[in-house]
Amino acid sequence: MAAHRCSHSALLLILCSSWVFSVAGSQETTPTGDHHAYVVDNPQTVTETAEQTAEQPAVVEEERRWEATEVEEATPDEVATDKQDTSAPDTVVHSSVPPPKDDFQEELVIRPLHSGDIYASFQFRTLWETDFLRGNKVSHYRLFPKSLGQVISKFSVRELHISFTQGYWRTMQWGQPFLPSPPGAELWVWFQDSVTDVDGTWKELTNVLSGIFCASLNFIDSTNTVQPSASFKPLGVGNETDHRFLRYATLPREIVCTENLTPWKKLLPCGSKAGLAVLLKSEKLFHSSFHSQAVHIRPVCKDWQCTTTSWELRQTLNVVFDLHTPGQGKREWSLFKMFSRTLTEACPLASSSKIYIDITDDPQGEQFEVSPATHLLSQAMVLGDRRTFSVYDLTQQITFGTVRSLNLLIRWKSSEGDMLRPLLHAERYVAGYGLQTGEIHTLMYNNHPYRSFPVLLLESVPWYLRLYIHTLTVTSKGKDNKPSYIHYEPSKDRLRPHLLEMLVQLPPNSVTEVTVQFERALLKWTEYTPDPNHGFYVGSSVISSLVPSIVAMNTNSTREQPLFSSFFPCKEESSYFMRVYTEPLLVNLPTPDFSMPYNVICLTCTVVAVGYGSLYNLLTRSFQIEEPSPGLAKRIANIIRKMRGVPPL
Amino acid sequence: MATTEVERRRGHLAALSIAAVVIIVGVPLWWRTTETYRAWLPVAQINELSNLQLQLSADVEVVFARGTVTPEQQKKFPLTQTQDEEHTVDEDTALRYRYETKYRTATIMEEDALNQPTAAEADLSLHTLSESPCGSLVVYVIPESSSLLPQDVDVYVGQRRTALLRIGAQMRVGKTLDQLLAHLEPRTKQVLQVMSFSHTDITAALSDRVRLSPGNKESIADSMRAFKSSPGYEITFSLLNPDPKSHRLHWDIEGAVQTYIQPLLTKLASVANFSIDSQTLYYAMLGVNPRFDSSLGAYTLNSDSLAHVINPVEARLGSNAASSNPVLNFLLYVPDAHHSPLHIHDSKKQEVPSNAFHSPRWGGIMIYNVNSFYGPDAVFPVDLNIDMAKVMGVFLAQLRLLLGVQTSTAPSGFLVAPCSSTGLADWELDRLMWSRTVENVATATTTITSLAQLLDQIGNIVINDNIAEQVSSAVTSLQLAVAELEAGNLRFALQYSKEAILASERAFFDPSLLHLLYFPDDQKFAIYIPLFLPMCVPILLSLLKIVSDARQKRKEKQAKKD
Repeated sequence: MAAHRCSHSALLLILCSSWVFSVAGSQETTPTGDHHAYVVDNPQTVTETAEQTAEQPAVVEEERRWEATEVEEATPDEVATDKQDTSAPDTVVHSSVPPPKDDFQEELVIRPLHSGDIYASFQFRTLWETDFLRGNKVSHYRLFPKSLGQVISKFSVRELHISFTQGYWRTMQWGQPFLPSPPGAELWVWFQDSVTDVDGTWKELTNVLSGIFCASLNFIDSTNTVQPSASFKPLGVGNETDHRFLRYATLPREIVCTENLTPWKKLLPCGSKAGLAVLLKSEKLFHSSFHSQAVHIRPVCKDWQCTTTSWELRQTLNVVFDLHTPGQGKREWSLFKMFSRTLTEACPLASSSKIYIDITDDPQGEQFEVSPATHLLSQAMVLGDRRTFSVYDLTQQITFGTVRSLNLLIRWKSSEGDMLRPLLHAERYVAGYGLQTGEIHTLMYNNHPYRSFPVLLLESVPWYLRLYIHTLTVTSKGKDNKPSYIHYEPSKDRLRPHLLEMLVQLPPNSVTEVTVQFERALLKWTEYTPDPNHGFYVGSSVISSLVPSIVAMNTNSTREQPLFSSFFPCKEESSYFMRVYTEPLLVNLPTPDFSMPYNVICLTCTVVAVGYGSLYNLLTRSFQIEEPSPGLAKRIANIIRKMRGVPPL
Repeated sequence: MATTEVERRRGHLAALSIAAVVIIVGVPLWWRTTETYRAWLPVAQINELSNLQLQLSADVEVVFARGTVTPEQQKKFPLTQTQDEEHTVDEDTALRYRYETKYRTATIMEEDALNQPTAAEADLSLHTLSESPCGSLVVYVIPESSSLLPQDVDVYVGQRRTALLRIGAQMRVGKTLDQLLAHLEPRTKQVLQVMSFSHTDITAALSDRVRLSPGNKESIADSMRAFKSSPGYEITFSLLNPDPKSHRLHWDIEGAVQTYIQPLLTKLASVANFSIDSQTLYYAMLGVNPRFDSSLGAYTLNSDSLAHVINPVEARLGSNAASSNPVLNFLLYVPDAHHSPLHIHDSKKQEVPSNAFHSPRWGGIMIYNVNSFYGPDAVFPVDLNIDMAKVMGVFLAQLRLLLGVQTSTAPSGFLVAPCSSTGLADWELDRLMWSRTVENVATATTTITSLAQLLDQIGNIVINDNIAEQVSSAVTSLQLAVAELEAGNLRFALQYSKEAILASERAFFDPSLLHLLYFPDDQKFAIYIPLFLPMCVPILLSLLKIVSDARQKRKEKQAKKD
């Protein structure tokens, strides 16, 4: 088809390209043959340079693809001298290095869970003091990945949050994750206010990201994109909160696997060659109960006064290993058992590289023991709680001991102990029977003994579930609970989903139930997925809240603190921000038999043909009365009579 | 008997009228409703384009300095002289070169300029006097006694669009003008070959359209090395540091790009858009293990293994997320401390002095050894500053090659001025523009004609209005480009040819062409047969019966007659 554009595959190339400024009377100048990669620093050799570019005989080599580069031509002197005020242009062992404008940190938090499972959370943060959005294009990357930088500057992105999750985080068993994420893929982006066509940019952006992360983000279109008015505020600096520039979409169906992990790892400066990232082996990571990887890009303050901002790229990976999956059921974990790797070095580019082990539940070492032991302890405010961690600093050689490798071992001594119940959690299910109507129930639990607090609930429901918003009820403790703020955008068929946001006050120690009825729509036959009887997913609802804190939270976001505790900015000391995702729903829609169209064609055609045939016969045949033919007995009798030579009957 | 005959006639009439209704109403209705939409395409014009007659016109001005012509000769100067050269490349591609030569004597100012001590200065002051338009040339004929040129040099090619030509000794005096011009002609022709288009360049540029006979390997190699013409290029400089534990590398890429690369790209801005970025990749390994050569005390890479170097690195380079233009990669590889120094050896086991190589239509790699900058007792990691002038010298040379700045060898007796600060002489830019224009025209015509062929062959393809629009605009731009080439307006020709290539590619790669591409006939039959078979069989049968009845009747009639 496009035969004309197939590139010619000839490989015949010469080895030495002689691009020569010919010298008059080249016979006289002795061809020295050695070509200098001239770097001209002395200005008096203007003409000399050109003349000295002796030519080398162009050797035509057979079948060669690679060519040695011959540099006969020096960079012109004018230029060189213009710039070269420094007299030592050669490579030097440098003494005064300007402080790099970018910084990389890596961190792993391990939290033993009460169920015997283990939660490991990786965080990699790249900070870069630059401005993507000024007129001159930033185009020189060091630690920051080039592909993401180009995305930010091309699409004028202010903030970008993307997560891929396999499995559901069980809040009641595992407590709160450091960074919540819904099952499947989630993407939310704040654009700069200079963007005029936000929807077009969003569409293009999802396609590009889909390529970068090898994910089906290209399935994000207007039917699953919403603009939440209150639930997703920018997490970085900036006071623009006009939600016209915000887009939020989830793909609950997205399966996360190795092909998403590989490009994610490629964004790290050390790749998976050094540092904590060597632990990220996909065969172990995906052999777990929960896996979530995310990329967050946002502008953050450089200092306390926030005079300058820098871009922060935070790559996080959370994984929960199941106690029973390895098969032995022994309550014992080690880095090797979890990741089938041990650590030997920090990433040399990282300014800090640490492992934290959460030992809050076990201050005396009664429940589990950690070896090798460390006396470095650190305390951090995480999710409204002061927690204690053992710290292993990988930049210190002593951490690796004499064997030059670190294999942390956590061994349980007893399986007792109680977990603090999370203050807020939520669940959701579909009720009802039949394929016509149904009801979505969302339950929100406030486990705080005496404080009530408001939560923001966001539901984004696809258009093919037609919500009856008049049936919306919010009840807590058997009483009607009137939301103080409701933002509802009705759906448009095949254009946009329902968006329901409301601010609900959760009374202390209570369950609040939000129900809304819906009707299932009939889809066109091309709109069904390849496996329509599996059902259709409805993305998780999002509950965002400022939960009252037991301890005073740290409000200075620029102070040195572990990465896992510094993601959500904290505005006040008495409460902390928390986001909870419910389960995604799986709803069955009335599904036709897909061989139907052809059956219909055949059936109608047959009916038409039968009707048409008889009509046609009626019209074209001529009818005449025919002698009734003699019966069978008479015919046989006649045959016999014929044989006998007797005249027939 | 009569009634049955009437009945039969009625039956026949009914069958005939039903058949008539089916043919007159049914078939057109079915045809109209299942037809694919195909917008009108300028097929005639496309067919005209498939037969490409390119004419390239260049203006040449020959200026005689004082002392080269006698006043009598001056009077007889022909106003313009046109020389045509025709080449038939293959059966439907023909080339015609037209040189319009004007003769005049030098003005006083030009005489002053020519009296400068050196040729370079003369070149500069001639340039300040008058700027010749893109694609044209001025040849100054200077007397034999002139001291501008060294003894053995006859022709000096300047940085702009001027050349100095020394008149031969035998042409001193007493010859007629015709003889003088005849004497000058071969020399001016050579100047034109160097400074303007040459036949080899143009045929190489046509390679998309015309299969070259594998005769001249070198010229094919030249044409294969450069990137295909494209409206834009992305240039990526990558610093590969496989050993960040030992080497902490610093490169001032921003300054280097500003100093060395940007002037060249500014000059080339009329040919294509460029965007530059750079990145540092850590732990990026080469694909081959270099061999240690104990006699040299160094690691070596053979030219055979160079082909395997890039592949593992390329996975890390990353494609450009923001555009789909071709990417030129320039990699600076600093070998790790345990594998240095590393040298590239050519096929004759000789060390390549620049320690760099390039891959056609991909980019270049330079190996930069740093082991000599620190002693054996250095404390790792060492901070190292990379000498960007050295690196950029290599990359700039590779960039010129990859962009297809032609590397014609000048004939003997020629002196070519060294490059200016922009790294590119005006006439080199002209050469590039000539061949790029021809290449664009060739590519766009091939794209458009093959698209037209394809649409002609596969009837299922829907041709939407926007595609028809793109095709028409491509055809118009192509016609304009060809016309501008003929008129000698190089800049406009290039502009139109770029528009043509963009529009033709957009039409060719439009996804809407593919929607109904796979709709095979057997599926159509499967859908139509349940309806058409039961409907058509009775009609056909009764038609057959009518025919056979009619035949029988005729026979009977004949039998009766007999």
